[in-house]
Amino acid sequence: MQRLPLILSACLLLVCCDKETQVEKATREGILLIGNTADPKSFDPQVVTGVLESNINRALFEGLVNSHPSEDLTAIPGAAEEFTPDETYTVWTAKLRTNAKWSDGAPLTAEDFAFAYERILTPDLGAKYAEMLYFLKGAEDFNKGKSKDFTSVGIKIIDPHQFTITLRGPTPYFREVLKHPTWNPVPKHMVLKFGKIGQIANSWSKPHRLVSNGPYRMKSYRRNDHIEVERNPHYWNAKNVKLNGVRFLPISNSYTESRMFRDGQLHVTYTAAPDVVDYMKKHDPVSLRQEPYLGTDFYRFNNTRKPFKDVRVRRALSMAIDRDALCKSVYRGYEPAYAITPPTDEYTPPRGVFFDPEQARKLLAEAGYPGGKGFPRMKLLTSNREATQPVAVQAMWSKEIGVEVEIEFKEWTAYLLATQTLDYDIAFGGWIGDFIDPLTFLEMWSPGNGNNNTGWDNQDFVDKLNQSFQSTDPAARYDLLKEAESIMLSEAPIAPIAYRGKNYLLHPSVKGWYPLLLDGHPYDSIELVPQPPKRE
Amino acid sequence: MLRLITSRIFQGLLTLFVLVTLTFFLVRMMPGSPYTEEKAIPAHILERMKAYTGLDKPLPFQYARYMKNLVFQQDFGELIRKDGVKVSEVISDAFPVSLALGLASMGIALLVGIPAGVIAAVRKNTPADFSCLAFAMVGICLPSFVIGPLLAVSAGLYFNSLNVAGWSSPTDWIMPAVTLGMINAAYLARLSRGGMLDVLNQDYIRTAKAKGVPGARIIIRHALRGGLIPAIAFIGPAFAGMISGSFVIETIFQIPGMGQHFVNAANDREFFLIQGLVLFYGFLIVAANLLADLAQVAINPRMR
Repeated sequence: MQRLPLILSACLLLVCCDKETQVEKATREGILLIGNTADPKSFDPQVVTGVLESNINRALFEGLVNSHPSEDLTAIPGAAEEFTPDETYTVWTAKLRTNAKWSDGAPLTAEDFAFAYERILTPDLGAKYAEMLYFLKGAEDFNKGKSKDFTSVGIKIIDPHQFTITLRGPTPYFREVLKHPTWNPVPKHMVLKFGKIGQIANSWSKPHRLVSNGPYRMKSYRRNDHIEVERNPHYWNAKNVKLNGVRFLPISNSYTESRMFRDGQLHVTYTAAPDVVDYMKKHDPVSLRQEPYLGTDFYRFNNTRKPFKDVRVRRALSMAIDRDALCKSVYRGYEPAYAITPPTDEYTPPRGVFFDPEQARKLLAEAGYPGGKGFPRMKLLTSNREATQPVAVQAMWSKEIGVEVEIEFKEWTAYLLATQTLDYDIAFGGWIGDFIDPLTFLEMWSPGNGNNNTGWDNQDFVDKLNQSFQSTDPAARYDLLKEAESIMLSEAPIAPIAYRGKNYLLHPSVKGWYPLLLDGHPYDSIELVPQPPKRE
Repeated sequence: MLRLITSRIFQGLLTLFVLVTLTFFLVRMMPGSPYTEEKAIPAHILERMKAYTGLDKPLPFQYARYMKNLVFQQDFGELIRKDGVKVSEVISDAFPVSLALGLASMGIALLVGIPAGVIAAVRKNTPADFSCLAFAMVGICLPSFVIGPLLAVSAGLYFNSLNVAGWSSPTDWIMPAVTLGMINAAYLARLSRGGMLDVLNQDYIRTAKAKGVPGARIIIRHALRGGLIPAIAFIGPAFAGMISGSFVIETIFQIPGMGQHFVNAANDREFFLIQGLVLFYGFLIVAANLLADLAQVAINPRMR
């Protein structure tokens, strides 16, 4: 009993003793520690659809082109040393590197790419993102079972290291599309070793078996704990890969993630909650990153229900939202949105409805609801119980145009179901681009598209989109898309609110990490540089 | 004794059957399905996916197939949203973590809660009693999502060797176990105080005192046996709860345990995972209650 104080002090000493943090150790070892929200649904690049899976895929697999570490609309050569279009941007020729290999040492060939495209389009596989490959000529028919013959799809192997891709029409931005993980190759020899081409849940992509062609290969995986990738010695550019590995941590709670960052357990967080942003601004502004992101928040109006069948009502409600105030007081790092497509260096979206309470009141009066009188009590559907932004919009509508709405909360799946079955009045929504091009934000508003969910249907809009598919001149194509977007914005089936920003924390030891609109940082160009110890 | 055990096992099996059946139908009554996703799945793909999992079949057929696989092959099925992952894999990966954390928390709960309750009962209406009661009240009232982050911020950020979250270093169990343990210690303290107070007023304790038996001996040899009965009845189900994980603790401390699957599976409409988890948890509760009953019989001669 007398020894108890001694034992206790020894324990305390053990706990207190100054020890290298995990980040310091990982920096020394060249391993990037990165927060990645959740456990991936699969490691098979053709099966997964989410951002967190893309983050892992980017380390493991390499497509024909790679993302540039600092420039959004630049594609640098990946598995293909040359990738060139014909003058109509319809037929693209890929010349693969002769030294490109899989992580088991097998050569990477044109056959692997053709097999990958055939596999993802095979109806039996049930790949959710197969439509990303509908750019290929004949792909849609093959995927929907209208054609059983894969030779009808625009892929032609010339020799083991060369093949051509024929698209359904001119696609000058095709390199951007190719950055999406669905276009990555899969190892034919491994997939067929463990199953058939269209087999669901083929075990080739189990972590202990996974063979990949990117800068890294799978090292270790523990469900809901971590995924660690290490250098792939067979990677064609292995000598220029700076990091020795990346460790992805599936941290679902953003506050836990921020605490781990502050405790030296993470180099990069996935996100930072608004109050963490405020805290970091005061206490550690160097680590806080606030960057634009290729996403838009908006409200959907149910265009099939009264009173939203009337365009004047939709425009009036959209006009009564003060987006500047929302971005200043509610969001952190978001920009006011007056269109659906976020601006890029190459595309400036048209300006749609903006804050004009007087005009809003006028429009509402014309629609038969002067001062909001007689306006039915509508529900505003959201899935985020903590979001303050619907409350702010509710107050704006009440104050500016006298329209009272009730906020209705549904948990995520019930919310999605209500939105997709048009069982709502007004619903909060968001969209993140699959690639950097206005098309990824505009195509969804076509009638019958599974993501429209507003009931809005406009033939002029569809015509403009279709014309853009035929355009071989990039500038003329953007003009057509801009016209399509103008039509949509004037009809206001939705009220755009804000272009998303990405708030996260980045350790000063991480170098070569630049803002990117889709946050698709190529890990091989990132470097870890030990920091001098902080003096308290 | 044998009759008691047999009848309890039979009751347990019946409970599990009702549990599985109810869960099977209840989860399918929730709005949405495992295929409800932000980006709508095209109809022809959805058809193929449903055919793979058998969710395109009529409900009675699905139920019969599930029960057949469960009873004859002990097959809990596969996750729907994850590629080729079995429900049994998820449980067998997460359960050892939750078990380790549960055992550590239980140890803390017993070592803190029972002595605190006994001291409070023996020193009734003294500052010692009041401090134990106050501790118990705080432990019961403060939810784990308050205690956990407070502990993480105060101890984790202060001591370099303690990580604020994670499950990789040997000291990583300390903070979650203390958080989970303290809450249960609070309940145990109150229950054992109440139980002990009842027993300390009994005639046989007075007799022992009159015969000159030393105080400590009276408590340890005579009073504890009866005084701990309410606490033991609580320990069984509480222990089952602790080893099946806690969503809040696991989220705060980033632990790959069972608790988060309960919540995430419901949110994702992972039918087979929900069913598997509920069945597994049901089994733990039934087993823990059986053990608690047996422990009570062993301790309390009147129950034999």
